[in-house]
Amino acid sequence: MKSTGKILRYQLRDVIRGRWILVYTLVFLLMTDVLFRFGGSGERVVLSLMNVVLLLVPLVSIIFGTMYLYHAREFIVLLLAQPVDRTSLFLGLYGGMAIPLAGSYAVGVGLPFLWHAGGGGGGGSALGVLLLTGVLLTCAFTALAFLVAVLFEDRAKGFGAAVLVWLLAAVVYDGVILIVVTSLWRYPLERPLLVLTMLNPIDLGRVFLLLQFDIAALMGYTGAVFSRFFGSAVGKGLALTVLVAWSVVPLLVGLRRFRMKDF
Amino acid sequence: MNRAVIWSVWLGLVTPFTGGTAQEIVVQKGTSVATLSAALRRAHPGDHIVVRPGIYYEPTIVIDVPVTIEGDSGAVFDGRDAEDVLLVTADSVTIRGLTIRHVATSYIDDRAAIKFQEVTGCVAEYNRIEDAFFGIYLAKSTDCIIRHNVAIGRKTTKTKSGNAIHLWNSRDVLVEDNTVSGHRDGIYFEFVTGAMVRRNVSTDNLRYGLHFMFSHQCEYWDNVFARNGSGVAVMYTKGVTMVGNRFEDNWGSAAFGLLLKEINDSRVEDNIFRSNSVAIHAEGSNRLTVKGNEFIANGWAVKIMANSIDNEFTRNRFVGNAFDVATNSRSSSSRFSENYWSAYRGYDLDRDGYGDVPFRPVRLFALLVEQYPPAIILMRSAFVDMIDLAERVMPILTPETLVDEHPLMEWPQ
Repeated sequence: MKSTGKILRYQLRDVIRGRWILVYTLVFLLMTDVLFRFGGSGERVVLSLMNVVLLLVPLVSIIFGTMYLYHAREFIVLLLAQPVDRTSLFLGLYGGMAIPLAGSYAVGVGLPFLWHAGGGGGGGSALGVLLLTGVLLTCAFTALAFLVAVLFEDRAKGFGAAVLVWLLAAVVYDGVILIVVTSLWRYPLERPLLVLTMLNPIDLGRVFLLLQFDIAALMGYTGAVFSRFFGSAVGKGLALTVLVAWSVVPLLVGLRRFRMKDF
Repeated sequence: MNRAVIWSVWLGLVTPFTGGTAQEIVVQKGTSVATLSAALRRAHPGDHIVVRPGIYYEPTIVIDVPVTIEGDSGAVFDGRDAEDVLLVTADSVTIRGLTIRHVATSYIDDRAAIKFQEVTGCVAEYNRIEDAFFGIYLAKSTDCIIRHNVAIGRKTTKTKSGNAIHLWNSRDVLVEDNTVSGHRDGIYFEFVTGAMVRRNVSTDNLRYGLHFMFSHQCEYWDNVFARNGSGVAVMYTKGVTMVGNRFEDNWGSAAFGLLLKEINDSRVEDNIFRSNSVAIHAEGSNRLTVKGNEFIANGWAVKIMANSIDNEFTRNRFVGNAFDVATNSRSSSSRFSENYWSAYRGYDLDRDGYGDVPFRPVRLFALLVEQYPPAIILMRSAFVDMIDLAERVMPILTPETLVDEHPLMEWPQ
């Protein structure tokens, strides 16, 4: 395991040397800054950023993650010829991808808040939740990217699968929820919906964020049930656990495959 | 006898009883007239009673002669456990400049700081009422004026509070420039006709800022209703005029800027609705004219149930609402025209100020949520934005008739 750190350090340097991570930071920086300049208060900026973060962060994480692992194939083969154990290598690569992505997201969104609203400006806790959600989504979708890249030998198939995973989580899943709601609306649906929401990291992030705003008052009885659940310590703990599990589980499965993979 | 003599004799007989030239009675502690009740015992119709500063504890003061009661600043009546503090049973009584505090809660009768019972021509003005169960209470009274009063309630629970200004079965009352807060309802009317309510500020009440039922032909101008527990709810009334009022910050899962239940043939014009969870909720309300209002940053700007028919929404301004219009049916007989919609994406090629493409203010999602409430959990989801967009391009499910054919391109400043 001790070589994990070394690999991680090398990876970080490599990623930072590439320009794309800077571009990624700049995108968030500009977006947040512009939203502030268009006369938003801290809270409104968070609300506007929410949709972008929930779509963009998973998409970028899963695409870059997959791309990166395919790209590093020769490097992996080279390192595996050395006395480096596979677990360290895989975790090092993962850290080398997830940390810069999460970091540049946090910097890109967080900095404008510092210079516009002095760190909070009414959206303090909401900003905290937005940052946390974004970081956890980055970790989860990078892990999913690694899983996809390990599962598919063929690059084209791999990218296809990555985009499909994103599409399922970001769009199709909500369509399924809508079908469930419209076809089973005669039954009390709050609890099943709660479970369904918990199972998708993007939906979980979205609902968790929405409940930070007073917009929750619009959500009626369903909103009240959700609000009570996510307001309780158990609910918060469970939501965080599920979000973390979405990074840990795919990563472990990917690691298993990676250890047995024949390069 | 000639005429002059008859007159002088008659006046000489009558004067001692009517007080001919109004007499002034001063209520002051430590004098022979130490209480208002004592002053009233020696008062004649038309007398002027002045209350000097001091805190007066008296059992219910019954005002049964037409007098004017005026308090110096610092004249305080403390209700302690009294029932009503001032109970007016004579016509043409004016109560001015008093401070009345502490009227106990009762679950049996409506105890009030000032109660007018079956009188005409009453006036209550420039009074200050603190910690009262009911503030100013009119029952079966006509031609009264209630103005420039301040009523600050104790803000406990809805069951333990009464209404600040409560009118029951009264006619032709002017209610203006009052400031009320912390009561159950700020202004409450039941069976009131021909009232004019203007320039009042009703905020932070536990239930409604304004609440009326069966109160026809009343007018509401330039009032402010803000931060009330459930906003404003008005019911079972026709011929209401609401102009220039402000409905603000009535936020909560059961709060409404203005809830209209079975309100018919009425006008809602030039009001401002800002930051309400539902700005206007109309149920069973017909033939309303909703014109020139501004709906800004509300959850729902207009929620109109299908049992409301023939309503006109013209030249309103809808800006930044989560839902502009919601309804629970695919058919709607309300007409929207020449409104300004911040969500409108059309263009104006002929530069006549109206968009060339009709605007459909009912989002598909709003319709879905109205029919399947749990669907609200998909709020702000990318999927919902997509189906909304698809529906907007090719409307299939949203009400065909609920469409603004001439949306304004710009809001006239």
